[in-house]
Amino acid sequence: MEQATLLGTHESTAIKLSINGKDHSLNVEPWVVLLDALREYLSLTGTKKGCDHGQCGACTVLINGKRINSCLTLAVMHEGDEITTIEGIGSSDNLHPLQQAFIDHDAFQCGYCTPGQICSAIGLLSENKVKTTADIRELMSGNLCRCGAYQNIVAAIKQVKGNIAE
Amino acid sequence: MNRFTFNKAGNIADAFSSQQQSDFSKFIAGGTNLLDLMKENVERPDHLTDINALPFQEIGMNEDGGLRLGALVTNADTAYHPEVEKRYPLISHAILAGASPQLRNKATNGGNLLQRTRCYYFYDTALPCNKRKPGSGCGALQGFNRIHAIFGTSDHCIATHPSDFCVALAALGARVNVTGPSGERTIEFEDFHRLPEDTPEKDTNLHPGELVTSIDLPEYGFHENYKYLKIRDRASYAFALVSVAAGLKINDGKIEDVRIALGGVAHKPWRNKEAENMLKGTTPEKSAFEQAADLILKDARGFGHNDFKIILAKRAIVKTLSEALNS
Ligand SMILES: Cc1cc2nc3c(=O)[nH]c(=O)nc-3n(C[C@H](O)[C@H](O)[C@H](O)COP(=O)(O)OP(=O)(O)OC[C@H]3O[C@@H](n4cnc5c(N)ncnc54)[C@H](O)[C@@H]3O)c2cc1C
Ligand code: SF4
Ligand code: FES
Ligand code: FES
Repeated sequence: MEQATLLGTHESTAIKLSINGKDHSLNVEPWVVLLDALREYLSLTGTKKGCDHGQCGACTVLINGKRINSCLTLAVMHEGDEITTIEGIGSSDNLHPLQQAFIDHDAFQCGYCTPGQICSAIGLLSENKVKTTADIRELMSGNLCRCGAYQNIVAAIKQVKGNIAE
Repeated sequence: MNRFTFNKAGNIADAFSSQQQSDFSKFIAGGTNLLDLMKENVERPDHLTDINALPFQEIGMNEDGGLRLGALVTNADTAYHPEVEKRYPLISHAILAGASPQLRNKATNGGNLLQRTRCYYFYDTALPCNKRKPGSGCGALQGFNRIHAIFGTSDHCIATHPSDFCVALAALGARVNVTGPSGERTIEFEDFHRLPEDTPEKDTNLHPGELVTSIDLPEYGFHENYKYLKIRDRASYAFALVSVAAGLKINDGKIEDVRIALGGVAHKPWRNKEAENMLKGTTPEKSAFEQAADLILKDARGFGHNDFKIILAKRAIVKTLSEALNS
């Protein structure tokens, strides 16, 4: 559909986002997606931009514990939500078990997809639908890895999940 | 993305009044299709109304024994809902065959019905497309049309509807409840989406400004003998080239009732009642399934790159019915 003349004003609005347990106040225009708000407005650059279209999973964050693509949601739609990014998961001297497992299994090469893989895997484990290794593959299919570290990513998640069938 | 104004609707009246400010405003639910298209400048609304606070959030029992799926329930919560898993596994399987876990956590049931085609010409604003820009021509007709429709096409558009969920809803014979400034109404699922004819810019029979509130599933969900088969270019996280949702109700060794709906082949989920009726009362066996598939594909027409879908759909129907029988 062709666009009409612009309606009203498009001023930025002051919003408050709760990220990794901390409140952040920022001014955003309505068209700023959550991914850009995190990276460009709040300098939380752990969350990565890959495709910007929901096709790669690099931008995965947790909203109220559920994994979503931050590139396909508006920042103004997340006031009142608890947002968790990779910056809120573990720390250098106290790694999350999944972070340790990724290191143990060499589950990355360039590392660009890794924050999204880890956030996605946290969502996967809390969803509790995995019974087999095949389920891990299927339920991690929303995260692409250009370096092709898939075997090791699956092995890392398997380590945290515990013993499961093929 | 173009500039737009934004508000959150606190109630339904609010949603209608904020939409009436402009002919180019849109509702936003999960945003997973709308924002994708806005980033490509395919959709250019000047106002967005966030409907996520509206009271379409639940899955609950209807008086007729069927199940009501709220329009704002996510695809993930619908697929994993205990009643859906138990009584309507075809719905669960179809939803879980689509998109990715992240997308399903955000995508809503209403938004899934209203998602737009994945036709490459529709997505590329430099190319002609009657759906995006009426009168500009159809790029796919003489162009690359590998993913396009084989049923119900017109000279104006050969796009497909990309949803998996909708194929299962068509098979079960669901109903869509909507509300608008002029009142509420219920639309039979087969009348919800439309064929392109000479107005491909219209995907559905929803009136401008109307909201989908819920989807009603009938009492019987074909939970004993069912199968959703999705054929695509990779094993996961891709749209269907051809998909089939099938349900069989077997009584005394005969087919008492049968449903067959196809995805990836038309502007709407494709159901052929003549083929279903032919199967009713017969013994479920491969030769009968093949006859039904032949009858369904009799109306198919390819456009070159998508000719393979005709034979693929035929085989997929037979395989899906056979697996539904043995499920
Ligand atoms: C990479 C990718 C892969 C995908 N793969 C698949 C797949 O394999 N199978 C599949 O089925 N889907 C797939 N999808 C599509 C996905 O299922 C849809 O994007 C999603 O269902 C849309 O729901 P939403 O709530 O996000 O809608 P939105 O993007 O919010 O809205 C879509 C449209 O519906 C309108 N709308 C939303 N809710 C209502 C309502 N209640 N009443 C009236 N209008 C409303 C909006 O105005 C908008 O026009 C994929 C998407 C992506 C990005
Ligand atoms: S098939 Fe339809 S959506 Fe695709 S280019 Fe033609 S008119 Fe546009
Ligand atoms: S950047 Fe969001 S899915 Fe690729
Ligand atoms: S480690 Fe390089 S993209 Fe995955």
